[in-house]
Formats: sequence, structure tokens, C-alpha cells
Amino acid sequence: MRELPRVVITGVGLASPNGDSLAQYRANLLAGKSGVVPYTIRHVGETYAGVCNFDPLRYQTRKEARRGTRAGGISIWCANESLKDAGIDLATRDRSRVGVYIGITEHGNVETENQIHEVAQYDFDLSFWSHHHNPRTVANNPAGEVTLSLGISGPAYCLGGACAAGNLGLIQGLQMLQLGIVDLALGGGVSESIHTFGIFASFRSQGALARHDDASKASRPFDRDRNGIVVSEGGCLYTLERLDDALARGAKIYGEVRGYFVNSDARDFVLPSSSGQQACIRGALAHARVAAQEIDIVNTHATSTKQGDEVECEAIRAVFAGTPTRVNNTKSYIGHTMGAAGALELAGNLPSFEDGLVHPTINVDNLDPACALDGLVLNEPARPARTIDRILNMSFGMLGINSAVIVERFRN
Amino acid sequence: MNREEIVIAIKDIISTIAPDEELGSLALDVRLRDQIELDSMDFLDIVMELRKRYGVQVPEEDYMQLATLQGCVEYLGPKLESKSLVLTALKV
Repeated sequence: MRELPRVVITGVGLASPNGDSLAQYRANLLAGKSGVVPYTIRHVGETYAGVCNFDPLRYQTRKEARRGTRAGGISIWCANESLKDAGIDLATRDRSRVGVYIGITEHGNVETENQIHEVAQYDFDLSFWSHHHNPRTVANNPAGEVTLSLGISGPAYCLGGACAAGNLGLIQGLQMLQLGIVDLALGGGVSESIHTFGIFASFRSQGALARHDDASKASRPFDRDRNGIVVSEGGCLYTLERLDDALARGAKIYGEVRGYFVNSDARDFVLPSSSGQQACIRGALAHARVAAQEIDIVNTHATSTKQGDEVECEAIRAVFAGTPTRVNNTKSYIGHTMGAAGALELAGNLPSFEDGLVHPTINVDNLDPACALDGLVLNEPARPARTIDRILNMSFGMLGINSAVIVERFRN
Repeated sequence: MNREEIVIAIKDIISTIAPDEELGSLALDVRLRDQIELDSMDFLDIVMELRKRYGVQVPEEDYMQLATLQGCVEYLGPKLESKSLVLTALKV
């Protein structure tokens, strides 16, 4: 097999319900601080959500923010923050050689619902239907808004991958760099899903919307009494470069994207498959050419649903039982950031290479025996005896899409 | 609405569409697009707001009549004569 160029992460830009920067996000993960809050949305009423608090006007004018979408605004925030973190000034770059790859679970629901509500006030007279509807709802909107914000003229688009999408954006960026089509890539995922009542209502109809007296405890993967998902917004875009380029400019390197895998269960619209997930994990290990015991942290996808968490634990047990691998979950803090989840949850774990800690899964008051796993880190951070060298990040989605990414501590 | 109020009505609409712009010193007889950043999508927003706030329909062939504030006053005067000023953003 031809050796492809090595690709590294040199910048992280994120918007999380519990932090607007990697440092703040990591500190809150280690402190057990949730970003889930009470939230009200039309038709659904009072529920919970993960809400981001970044300042959208730092990188957009008020007019740009008004014209664009929330997903676009989150993407613009993440892209600008990521490049700043990487120490890259695009004014010194060939912007036609920069790519943007943003994973999305869905896009357009928010604006479509808004327009229908608007036009309903005028008895469905479509002369009141906004000319902004199409540019706001096209599936490349978030990536396109980033190109407008930063003057990027290279290939930029979104990848629809349900809740596996955040990993897909990262993978696409890596591939475009390896193929030599771009010299710099922004890859990851975003979600604006808390602004569409339909997502909440659909999960509720499915019996999969989290309920709890305390917002901060509503998202509780692996807990015996878990009862569903907390819907969240958020985003994370990585600055990705070929290793040679990163070394040549003396870039800070967060880690090397060592391997990945994406597959499909081909079984059901919503139910996950342990065998499909196992195949995905094993595929990623083979692609990265590492053994299960060489993975130090598995960031689970678990969304706090009864069946989903169990099925995933079965897959992890099948691959990692008897290994020293630690297992955690980030949705317990921030809820399910949908299209952002893969990228954002990986970001929460990346600092482990530096601080040597594994952030725990919080809110587990009574561990569900069906979710008991070797190495599951519960409620308090763990400091493994051995150096943390590899993170495996899992993200799954509806229609049976599975994704896994392995990031390795950088060693030259 | 009198002529003065029509100018205020248009400025109020523009202030929601182009909230970063300073509208205090807009000249009446100079094209709006030469004074502030307004593109074709913004212009469609102005037409939409006139429809929503005042029930005024501006057919496409008349868009040019709205190029200046003075043009707005002349064109919209008869249509807004019996309407009351709606303010959403401007403080007057």
C-alpha cells in the first residue's frame, strides 16, 4: 500500500455548551461541570438543551449574523478560533489551497420551521416567504459561510452523516490533504439543532428525550435510570496540515490523525448494531495499524438512551475487554451536539496527551450492569499509570452510519 | 404617515436589515446603495418589510423608484398616507 502523507492537528476552534475555548472546555470536563440548562422551544415547551455562549459578533458583523444561519455563525466562530490557535494568518496563504469540511447531522430544519411559522401568520401567502430561505438551507451553508468570512476559495462543503458527521469532516480534511488537493484544511462538525422544535419532538415521540429534575444530570449515559438524549448545539473545527508543512513552520502539534474507519450497519433506520460498531472499531485499528491494547482512551458515542448505550458497551467489551484501555463519555457534560459531537468530543480528550488525565463520564449514580466495562472512568478523572498515546473517538448515527477516528500523540 | 414619517419608516426598516450602518446622515437625494452597504438581497428585505408592516406591495418594475429616500417618499406617499408608522428598531 502506498504510504500517504502524515496529517496532524495544529489548531482547535470550538463552541461547546460548557466552554468557548479548548482550555475552558477541558477545565470544565475535569471539574465535572455540565453545560446543559433548562430550555424552552415553541410547541415542545420546557425541556433541556446544551446552549453555547460564545460571542457571535467577534467574527461577524450584525448584518452577517442576521443574514446567515446559527450553524454558519458557529462554523465561523470555530474556523476563526481554530486558525488563530494554529497561528495561521490566511493573508499569507494561497486561499485557493484551503479546504473547509464540516460535518452536519441535518441542515435547514431551523430555517424551514421559521419560514413556515412566518408565512402561517399571513395565511400561507407565499409572497411573505423569504428570499433568504434557499441560501440559508442549502446543505453547504455552514461551510459556505466560512468561505465568505475568511475569503477561502478552495473546496468547501458539508458532509451529511447524521450524528457521525463530526468525524467525517475531520476525515475528509485529512483525505484532501493526503491527496494533495489542499494545503490546509478546516475539518470537523457543527450543530444548530436546538433551534428546531422538530428534533426535540421527534426524539420525544421516539421516547428518547431526556427527563430529569436537574438539568445538569439529565444526560447520563451508562446510568441505570437514563432515559434519553439532551439535544445540544455546538461546533469544533480542526486546523489540519500535512506533517511536513506543520514542522516547516514550527507549528504546535496537538496530535497525528493516525487512522479512521466508516461503515454502515445496513439494518435499521434508528437502531444501532453492535456488530456494525465492532466492525468499525476493528476497521479503525487495522487502518491505524495498532492493537486494541494500544488505545489509551475510547471516547464513547453513548447518548444516554437505554438501548444505544447497551449496544455500544457490547461492542466495546468485545474489542477491549482485558486491555488497559480507559473508556469515557463526553455527552454526559454537554448533551448530544449532533453533527458537532464527533469533533467536539475528540477535542475534549486531546489535552490528555499533555495533562495525562482521562475525564470521566459524569452523572452515573447507579451504573447499569449492562454498561459495566473494564476501564470505564466514572465521575472522577483518572490518571492512568502509562502515558496516554492514543485516543479512539467513536460517533454513530441514524440509518446505521458508524465512524471511528484514532489520534496519536505526535512523535517524529 | 406624512413625508417625514415615511423617511423614518424606511430608516427603521433599513436599521433592522443593515444594523451596522449609521443612518443619521443619509442624504435624501443620493442612491441608498451609494451611501451604505445594501445589496440586492437587502433590497428584497426592504420590499418584504414594507409588505409585512404596511401591506404595501411593490411590483418588481417599480423597484427603481425606491433607490433614494426621496424616491421612497414620492412613491410610497400615496400608499402609506393612511398607515401609521411602525417602529421596531429606531428610537425617535
